[in-house]
Amino acid sequence: MNIVVCIKQVPDTANVKIDPNTHTLIREGIDLTINPFDLNAIEEALRLREKFDGRVTVISMGPTQTERALRDAYALGVDRCVLLTDHLFAGADTLSTAYTLSCGIRKLSDWDLILCGKQAIDGDTAQVGPQLSEILNIPVLCWVRKLEYLGNRKIRVEQETETGCCIVETSLPCLLTVTKEINEPRLASLRGVLQAKRKEVEKWGLSDLEIDPGRVGLTGSCTQVIRVFTPSPKEKGEILEGDPKGVSQELVKRLKDAGVVS
Amino acid sequence: LNFSLTEDQALILEQVKEICTEKLLPRADDIEKRGVFPKENIELLFQSDLMGVFLPEKYGGLGLDFLTWAMVGEEISYSCTTTGAIYGANMLCVYPIFAFGTDEQKERYLPALVKDGKIGAFGLTEPNAGSDAASIQTRAEKRGDGYVLNGTKVFITNAGEAEIYVIMAKTAPERGARGMSAFIVEKGTPGFSFGADEKKMAYAGLPNKELVFDNCEVPSTNLLYKEGRGFRVAMETLDVGRIGMGIGAVGLARRAMEEATKYSRERVQFGQPISGFQVIQHYLADMATEIEAARLLCLKAAWMKDRGEQFSHIAAMAKVFSSEVCTRVTNKALQIHGGYGYSRDYRVERFFREAKLFEIVEGTSEIQRNVIANYVLKAAG
Repeated sequence: MNIVVCIKQVPDTANVKIDPNTHTLIREGIDLTINPFDLNAIEEALRLREKFDGRVTVISMGPTQTERALRDAYALGVDRCVLLTDHLFAGADTLSTAYTLSCGIRKLSDWDLILCGKQAIDGDTAQVGPQLSEILNIPVLCWVRKLEYLGNRKIRVEQETETGCCIVETSLPCLLTVTKEINEPRLASLRGVLQAKRKEVEKWGLSDLEIDPGRVGLTGSCTQVIRVFTPSPKEKGEILEGDPKGVSQELVKRLKDAGVVS
Repeated sequence: LNFSLTEDQALILEQVKEICTEKLLPRADDIEKRGVFPKENIELLFQSDLMGVFLPEKYGGLGLDFLTWAMVGEEISYSCTTTGAIYGANMLCVYPIFAFGTDEQKERYLPALVKDGKIGAFGLTEPNAGSDAASIQTRAEKRGDGYVLNGTKVFITNAGEAEIYVIMAKTAPERGARGMSAFIVEKGTPGFSFGADEKKMAYAGLPNKELVFDNCEVPSTNLLYKEGRGFRVAMETLDVGRIGMGIGAVGLARRAMEEATKYSRERVQFGQPISGFQVIQHYLADMATEIEAARLLCLKAAWMKDRGEQFSHIAAMAKVFSSEVCTRVTNKALQIHGGYGYSRDYRVERFFREAKLFEIVEGTSEIQRNVIANYVLKAAG
């Protein structure tokens, strides 16, 4: 089974800052890492390969420093890493990102399954996976927490839903977005880390792809970020002090006044 | 002098730190509390290629050096001292096979010991032969195409869990140290069994058992190095082991200091965090200084080993100094914690108990001083 995993490089910490002019994340000077849900996608791909053979290819779109994330993917044991990088890809929204990824994946040709993390922890949109499946015209199943290969190009997945779970069967090729419940990602072995250093991350720009330049980067984006801001921290609540009886009476009174209880 | 790491060493160390602090460290308290062998940790060490750092790649190792191996050991011991002890004892089986084994022995045992998940152990100590290692009584009698082993080993780390053992026995008791030979003995060999687990002051999850050899037949292909040269095998193995013990002590001491530093900033007395008092600051300063000095001694010994230099005396200095530093540092860390430090609710109490082992195991402090003094006197001519 040949699997493509789409990954995104994201800031390592929750302490991100936002550029007040461009309304995008300031990426300079922040440790970058593979989006945690994408690590689950890589892990699942590696486990499928260990069972059913095949190749795992990891693809990402981003600036050249994204190579570091792809090297980390090599250290985990994937077979091939491709970085879609071109200054014309910059400023992409989810749609033009999905379009660009689809062009890269089309160039890879031989694949059966695409895995993505359910969302990236920086933008939190959860859109690229489903959009990619739409462009490639293949089925998509999101929030997958369990995946079974049934043979004969059929898979069964458990999707997490708000009320429980949904068990669905479909056939390959298809695209899945996975949750962190699906597995516990491995840590790279020392041999993996040493070997990753010597492996090549293929870099494809606009001219390497069959691609419509009007649909990539900022030009191809149909959404524009107006404002990104850090929500103000929740203010400290009021603490009622005194003897338990008095405090509870006061609490009930306040709740009644606020109309929370009658 | 150059204290910088190579690119490979830096990469390895960063990854090892992640593995140790994410996986080993959170399990350490529980391992001591429940007193169970940390199987999961050891499996992780094998899967992550931590077992064969200094071995050539053809034997399943990473093809790096003893310096890197030592730095890896510090991180393991920092996160979980019990796991560090198992790692160290495994090396005592890997090293002699690597350094003294035939090609067949290396091919047969080394990949198993660093890649395929088979744990190793080393058996020298006996009820009446500790510091006086040459006085062991376990016999290996030549019979047909092999040897028959009889005798008892004690305190053997990894016993029972290990699959492969390097065992010292006398092939010619009348010749003393020169009558000693080393053998590779596999678990399951008829006549080879285990005694009860030793109840220790700490390391509840670390197996230390008796090995009992009762007419245990070992093929002559399992003789390690030459007949009568076992003492050399043992001593060289222990020289390397001392670097491991020293750096293990450094790892534990560093951990204890970090716990004490953290606590001293949280604990408020007389209206301020106790880290504001000069007495506590001086404790921390001494701890940090001694740990730094101990680490440098250990790494120097490893570096000399890598360069093929005579390093026994530096390894002995590294072991005696680091282990005594570890005892002092864990003692001070406990003192900084005051009454809470004496409580089992705080882990410095465990560190204090764990530290003592380093002054005893793999050659007591007194034996290390003998080694160092011999060198000093010889060097003086």
